[in-house]
This record gives sequence, C-alpha cells and structure tokens, in this order.
Amino acid sequence: MTPPDATTADAPHHDARFHATSYLKFLRLAFRLATEGSWLFYAWMFVLTCIALVGTHAWAVQVRDGMAVTAMTDHVSWGLYIANFTFIVGLAAGGVMMVIPAYIYHDRDMHDTVIIGELLAIASIVMCLLFVVVDLGRPDRFWHILPFVGKFNWPISMLTWDVIVLNGYLLLNLHICGYLLYKRFLGEKPDKRWYVPFVFLSIAWAISIHTVTAFLYCGLGGRPFWNTALLAPRFLTSAFVAGPAFIVVVLQIIRRMTKMKIGEGSIRTLVGIMRITILINLVMLISELFTEFYTGGSHATAAHYLYFGEHGLNALQPWIWTSTIAIVVAAVLLMRPKIHLHMKTLDVACVLVFVGIWIEKGMGLIIPGFIPSTLHEWVEYIPSAIEWKVSAGIWAAGLIVYTLLLKVAIPIFTGQTGALQGKNK
Amino acid sequence: MSDNKKESCGSGCGCHNGAPDESLFNRRNVLKAAGATLGVAAFAKAMAPITEWKETTSVDEFLQTHYRELSNDQLDEVIARLEEETKKDYGADVTITDHRPQMGVKFGYALNLSICIGCRRCAEACHHENNHDRATSNSYIRVLEMTKGSMDMEKGNVHYDHPVPHPDKFYMPVQCQQCDNPPCVDVCPVEATWKEEDGIVVVDYNWCIGCRYCEAACPYHARRFNWKKPVVPKNEINPNQSYLSNRIRPQGVMEKCTFCLHRTREGRMPACLEACPTGARVFGNLLDPHSEIRKVIDTKRVFVLKEELGTRPSFFYFFDE
Repeated sequence: MTPPDATTADAPHHDARFHATSYLKFLRLAFRLATEGSWLFYAWMFVLTCIALVGTHAWAVQVRDGMAVTAMTDHVSWGLYIANFTFIVGLAAGGVMMVIPAYIYHDRDMHDTVIIGELLAIASIVMCLLFVVVDLGRPDRFWHILPFVGKFNWPISMLTWDVIVLNGYLLLNLHICGYLLYKRFLGEKPDKRWYVPFVFLSIAWAISIHTVTAFLYCGLGGRPFWNTALLAPRFLTSAFVAGPAFIVVVLQIIRRMTKMKIGEGSIRTLVGIMRITILINLVMLISELFTEFYTGGSHATAAHYLYFGEHGLNALQPWIWTSTIAIVVAAVLLMRPKIHLHMKTLDVACVLVFVGIWIEKGMGLIIPGFIPSTLHEWVEYIPSAIEWKVSAGIWAAGLIVYTLLLKVAIPIFTGQTGALQGKNK
Repeated sequence: MSDNKKESCGSGCGCHNGAPDESLFNRRNVLKAAGATLGVAAFAKAMAPITEWKETTSVDEFLQTHYRELSNDQLDEVIARLEEETKKDYGADVTITDHRPQMGVKFGYALNLSICIGCRRCAEACHHENNHDRATSNSYIRVLEMTKGSMDMEKGNVHYDHPVPHPDKFYMPVQCQQCDNPPCVDVCPVEATWKEEDGIVVVDYNWCIGCRYCEAACPYHARRFNWKKPVVPKNEINPNQSYLSNRIRPQGVMEKCTFCLHRTREGRMPACLEACPTGARVFGNLLDPHSEIRKVIDTKRVFVLKEELGTRPSFFYFFDE
C-alpha cells in the first residue's frame, strides 16, 4: 500500500496513551476533511441529502401504513428493494478486482488506487444493509436476526449466512482502510502483518458475499427460474464487470477533482478485466437462454414472459431488452483497441454496463422469478412511487458515505495533510 | 472535490496557510453548525410518521421473546396483553388460548378430486374462521380450475367466474401442504416458523421480522403476508382464537394455514372440511391405523403435489376409481 519512498520512522512502537491522543487527532482531521470543501462539494452533498431525506420520509410512511404502499404482493413478494440489494452486493464484490491485481500481481499503479475500491466496498455494504432493512415488514424486530441476542437460524438459512458475510466484509474493509489511513496519518509505514492477511481474506470474502447472495435464490426448488447452478457464477462475472465500470468512472472524476495521481495503469487493468468478464457473462447468458428455450416446458415460462411477454402481459419486456442491448453494445465498445486512450468510448461503455447489469440483476432476475407464481397465477409488478423514493434515498445515502470516505482518504493518502510527526517536529 | 485555494492549502484539510484555524466561532464553523441543525431538523420531520406508528406497538411487544422460550407465566401475560390489544383495536372480546400438540398425533389431510365441485366454500370458511382481512378477501385456500387431461398447474386458473362445476373441468384446492421437509422453515433467518410435533407448520406472529423469504421459498403459494393491518368488523370476528393460529395478525408479518389447530387440537375438524358440501375433504390422525385418512391412503390412488421437489407433503389428493 505504501510506496517505498514514504516518510517512515524506523518501526516506532507506541503505547496506548500515544494512540489515545493521536487517534483523536486523526478523527478530528477526518471530521474537518469531511466537512470542508468547495461550493461544488457542498452543493453535491446538499442535493444528496435532500434525496436521502425524501427516501427517509417515504420509508417512514411505509413503516406506518404497512408495505401495502409498495407494489409488492403475495405473488411478487420481493421487488425493487431486493433487486437493488442483489446488484449492490455485486458492486461491493467488484472492488476486489482492484485488490487482486494490487496484492497478488503487485501492480504498482493499482497499489496507489486500490483504496478507492476498498472504500467503495464499505459504501456498498452500507447500502446493502439499508436495502435489507427497508424490505423488512417489522424493522423494529431487526434484533431478532442478530446472533446471540435473537435467534440465528444458522447454518440452515441462507439469509443468516448473508448477514455474516456482508457484515464480515464490512468489518474487513473498515479495518484495512482504517488501519492504512491511520498509519499514513502518523507518517509511518504500515506493518504488513496487520493488513496483508486481512487483504487476502477479503479477496476470498468478496467472492463469498456474491456467492451466498446467489445461493439465497438458487437454493429455492419451487422457483425454476432461479434454480440453476449457473446463478452464482453469473452473479460473480456480472459483478466483475459492473464494479470495475463504476470504479473507472470514479477514478476519472478523482483525477479531475483532486490532486491524487491516477496512473493510466489502473484504468488499463480494469478495462482488461471488464473485456474478459463481460464476454464470459454473455456466454453464460446464452447458455442459460439455450437451455430455457430449446427445452421449453415449465422452466422456460418465466424466461419467455421476461423476454417476450405472456398472456398479454409484458411489463418486464422493455427492461430486459434495454439491458440486453446495453450489455451487448458495451461489449462491442470495450473491444475497441486501446480503449483506455479513448475515454469517451470508455465512459459510454461503463455507463451502459452499469445500467445493463443493474437491470439484469434486478427487474431481469428477481422479479421474473416470481412470475408466474408457484401456482401459476400471472401477477405483474411495477414498482410504486414509494419504492422508487426509498431506493433513490438509499443510493443517495450510499453516495454520501462514499464521497465522505474519499474526501477523508484522498488527502491523507496522498500526504497532503502533512504527517503528524512531521508537523510536531 | 476541488478546494477553495484562497482560503486553504488546497488539500481540503481546512487549514489556512498550513496552520489550522483553531477559533471555534469562525464564519465557517457557524455556517456548518447551522447546516447541521437544519439537517437534523429535516431528518426529524422526515421520520415523523414513525412516531405515529410507534403508538401501536408497545415496549412489551418489542421485548417479547420467542414463543418457545416463554415461560408459562410470561405466556399468560402476553396473551392477556394480546386480548387487551384486540379489544382496543377492534372492539371485540376474544379468548386467545395456547393449544399445544397432542402426543401420538400427526395430522394429515386428503382431498377427493373426483367430487370437488370448485364451489370455494372451503376458501370462504377459511376466510371467516381465521379472521382474515375483509378488503382483500384473503384465504389460505386457492382453488384451481383445471383442464381435464392435465395435472399441470400451468393450465389451471384461479379466477374462474361461472357456474360450477363446469363440465370440461376439474377442481383442485391448494393450501399449506404441511410438508415434512418444509422449505419455508429452512429459509427463515430467525426461526419464527417451525414444524410442530403433530406435523403443523406454524408462525410466531410476534417474532417474524417480515422478510418474506418463506413466501419466496414455498412451492405451493401457501404463505401470506400482512401488507397492512387486517380490517375485520367487530361483529364478524371469530372470538375463539389461538396464539399460533387464527388470532388477528399484526401488520408486517407472515401467516399461513395451520389446519385450524385451534379446532383440530381440540378434536374438531378444520373449518374448510366442515364447510365442504360434497364431502371431498378427509382429515385425521395419520398415526391412528383406524382413522379415515389412513383408510384413504391405504385404499385409494393417492398423490402429492410437486413430489419432485422433495418437500414430502402431509396433504394428499386422490381420485375415486
């Protein structure tokens, strides 16, 4: 993480008292960094806060009046919230595509930017947890799902596994980022023993969060559309396209807005990953569709409804075709040689991929799993205004968290704040 | 984010010419405090509906432990509180009992498809017996009108609206199959639903968090969610209630068919069976070799729904020869 030319004292040992005062100073600096900036920064935060407040209010109404204010029914019992949740778990896992090159392949450029991906994981998991909470009929009973305090149906329920892996991933990334930033703040070289094992654990863990989330769905025998062994691999590949796509755009924004040096290598590596994963994702999609449509029968019903409509119902058709076209076009764009030198093409491809995968994991996967219902009733689902507001609010909250994390991390990471010890001298 | 170069060192650290301004009441800090105050006030305003909702849930309700961990005294207290709340919310005097499973009993249900005429009186009886929300005319039973020559539920229809029985059709009521290997129980993250010794899968309505994973997992569409607080007129409320079955459910939790355990554990028949005009329904103790249900299973050609999923239902369908 630390380049060799960093300011280092010779492995200083500090007692608890030193940390008690310097950590407080670290927190104070973090608070200052997070609350001061240009007018553009304030405007951005203001807009996000407004959207988050609209979402908060919509959620409060939903808790008071019941989930009848959503468009979900006993037939389609999960909707926009769980759709977003599924996608964002992928976004959190996608950050690992920066960690692997940085730590396993010792990619120098990636080493300097890997923290951007790790912070994205933190912000994404916060959003995931929020999306689960707003989907609960009884949020006041959230404590029932806590281990030891409530009743934790482990290891049988996949949802309890999800609680463990998501919170574990959050803690891992908080530790790694927090430790590295604090050490940077002190102007010391981070001790490898305190973060490298966690980094390697987080690589395996990132894969586990999306695998477990896929197992939530593919373990249900009564839902033929989800009941496929290909679900978890497809989740992973699509996450490893959407995650890097988001990070590529963020890296460019950071390059423009801050003094952080974003080496071209980072973007080139991420593009290289996207080129492969988007093609694997398409191959898997084609395999899935082949077994569905060539065989036919009851397993193909949901897929047929999704792509072509059935019984005169076709609410999902515009969604899935938008997604399919977006992903195919992005795949073609990404094949452009030296695309990392053609930022406009790259940006378009990234946005298309991001939107395409968001739909594919949401309206294209969660919703058709419920249509037709297990007794073959045809009930469609179109999200209600409340659901859109709550979802937008959570996205805004996630962006607030991500912005603040970057706002604190970048100056410390690039040494613009001056090392604490340097100041004291 | 870029920084205002006139005021700070450009790092966004908030310092001025490299030295932090320690004054507490500079213009920036005052503005920040004002902004934070406004933010907190707006947040409180946005959350206001929660406080209106809080009035309907009590501290005791919040702290209540799982049904199976309640001592007898605690359970008595809980039941007294629930009866009181029903009186307050619905104006009805009800008796809530805690019916426990009997030893040596495992309930089974069988349904004769040859004589079911699809009149849906079972569904209606279920609706009233179990104090379902009137507006949604909810019921634990769905009756599929099936085309002759197919057992494929995809060719069924629950929204038929013509005199029954229709000559070309047969009818298949579906309710909770009380599986021996219930997917809904496996997936519940908080053990709010479980299978009792007499084979009935139940829900603790005061423990369920409303994640609806069980509803996604059930292959028989047997689970229902309380999307809002059920509305039942005072004079239509069935006052004979049980903790695990037909008491009026809270908003935001799951519920399901319990084979009317408040009746069957007292030795009576389920409401749907009593309502059936053709005698298509057979209910009883699978462990009793002389019971009627055993006679059906031993002598008729019996099948279960979606056997390939391995759920092992305790609900059987059969045809007369």
